[in-house]
Amino acid sequence: MSTAEPQAGKLTAAERAGIAALVAREPMPRAACINALRQVQAKRRYISDAILAEIAVLLGMSTAELDEVATFYNLIFRRPVGEQVILLCNSVSCWMLGQPTLAAHLRARLNIKPGETTADGRYTLLPIVCLGHCDHAPAMLLGSTLHGDLDPAKLDALLCLEPA
Amino acid sequence: MELPLTRNIRAGQAPLDLTGYQRAGGYETLRASLGKAAPAELVATVTASGLAGCGGGGFATGRKWQAMPDRAERPGPRYFIVNADEMEPGTFKDRLLLEGDPHQLLEGLILAAYAVQADHGIIFIRAEYTAAAKLLSQAVAEAEAAGLLGINILGSGFDLHIDVHASAGRYICGEETALLNALEGKRAIPRAKPPLPQTSGLFGHPTVINNVETICNIPHIIGRGADWYRSLGLDGQAGTKIFGVSGRVKYPGAYELPLGTPMRELIEEHAGGMRPGYGLRALLPGGASTGFMLDSELDIPMSFAAFAAAGHRLGTGTAIVLDDRTCPVAFIGNLQQFFAQESCGWCAPCRDGLPWVEQTLAAIEAGTGTGDDLDLLLEMTGHLGPGRTFCALAPGAMASLKSGLDYFGQDFERHIHDGGCAWH
Repeated sequence: MSTAEPQAGKLTAAERAGIAALVAREPMPRAACINALRQVQAKRRYISDAILAEIAVLLGMSTAELDEVATFYNLIFRRPVGEQVILLCNSVSCWMLGQPTLAAHLRARLNIKPGETTADGRYTLLPIVCLGHCDHAPAMLLGSTLHGDLDPAKLDALLCLEPA
Repeated sequence: MELPLTRNIRAGQAPLDLTGYQRAGGYETLRASLGKAAPAELVATVTASGLAGCGGGGFATGRKWQAMPDRAERPGPRYFIVNADEMEPGTFKDRLLLEGDPHQLLEGLILAAYAVQADHGIIFIRAEYTAAAKLLSQAVAEAEAAGLLGINILGSGFDLHIDVHASAGRYICGEETALLNALEGKRAIPRAKPPLPQTSGLFGHPTVINNVETICNIPHIIGRGADWYRSLGLDGQAGTKIFGVSGRVKYPGAYELPLGTPMRELIEEHAGGMRPGYGLRALLPGGASTGFMLDSELDIPMSFAAFAAAGHRLGTGTAIVLDDRTCPVAFIGNLQQFFAQESCGWCAPCRDGLPWVEQTLAAIEAGTGTGDDLDLLLEMTGHLGPGRTFCALAPGAMASLKSGLDYFGQDFERHIHDGGCAWH
């Protein structure tokens, strides 16, 4: 898969220091694990097997224990994702007000279904539960920015305008 | 009419910073309370106010606080957690408060922590609320720099440190004991109660967990008193609440209204009624975990007590309107798909039952359902109902299914008889 940058199998010194700082703030090391996964993912986009194993050692957890946590939370990505993740809300208010049309539009325009990444590695489409923007349904989170009152034209504009 | 919760919130404008918030009277209650009023006095005021938890349960906030052990009996750390994991489908009230007035929440949290003598405050916020998390972190930094947080706040001898903890997804984290497991770096599965979090909460220490909106009420209740707060409500209810409407109404949005306001006023006046060409078929009054209400029931005052008396649940108070051009079977199917996906998998009825319900509804919607499927669905509302599962997720899921089978039975039967959906 060409979508993810090649991941060095080693955490950098800065990443290790970042995790150590998170651990120092908690009464027990494993309490820092979700923050540690988020922090590493923010730079690497996803958590590879090799990186997960290294983080586990720093937290005094077995690899399986950390993976058990990592795979529970849907916004910890254990597989490569594109440069930007499109989180399209499929909860009831958005579903009523046009989410199926938007999903079909994205499929046509980007040639991806939920869970897939575009061939150029730019976008990954994932479903998401209610984003708390129901009065402006249908809504999505593009990267870390919330957008509402979506229709296919607005979706096109947003996807073109977003920096690569 | 006084609207304390949203008084500083202006649509489309950035929230007040520390200077602006203080100019509007903010942190005056904090200054008048810390080290000046006994913590027990604050607990007594909140108890007398009748404040009910706004996360969906409506449990008396004062009673929750009273369950904290005495500091002398239980020395050591104690936690006050704000649950900002708003993820109930159709609910968008806490985001308004988080983004609209972060210092109001902080002042409430500091007062609440002082009342129960907690020295650690945590705001547990869902990962997707990135804008709110940033605003909260800025507000915490401002408050720290001004000596409103930290060691010996305002010379009162009270210490409090606040962390903004961003989550990593999953609806179940909003369940308060699952939230504790998430903060401990575990899978977010609910814990058995008892012990209550007040006895054995985060890392085994005494802990209170309250919803965002609940805590935003605290500065106003402490500052102006229980009698004032009680006077805000209608129909014998105390205070105001943020109600909301989504679906095909003219003005979907969030509205702060007195508790006890009839649901019809929210839908017809504030939300402007239905869009032209659409009729109201039914609504879920407070998120996906509440049961359907028909138009004939909309005169019930919006309060936890009045809804309970009528066999309903107010939930989060944010209504989702089902219009007459949307298939009710598919609507319920969407809700059940959500619950099946978000089951944490800990207890068998929920883990196995919800996907079964989801698949059965999908079959009916696709036209391959049978008459037996309706019996099965009805049976499942019992198997997954209150008392049969570890937490309230599955019983919440069954609320719309049970009332939906009751109210839309003919629609279900027509799908089965016709072998398909007339709406699609």
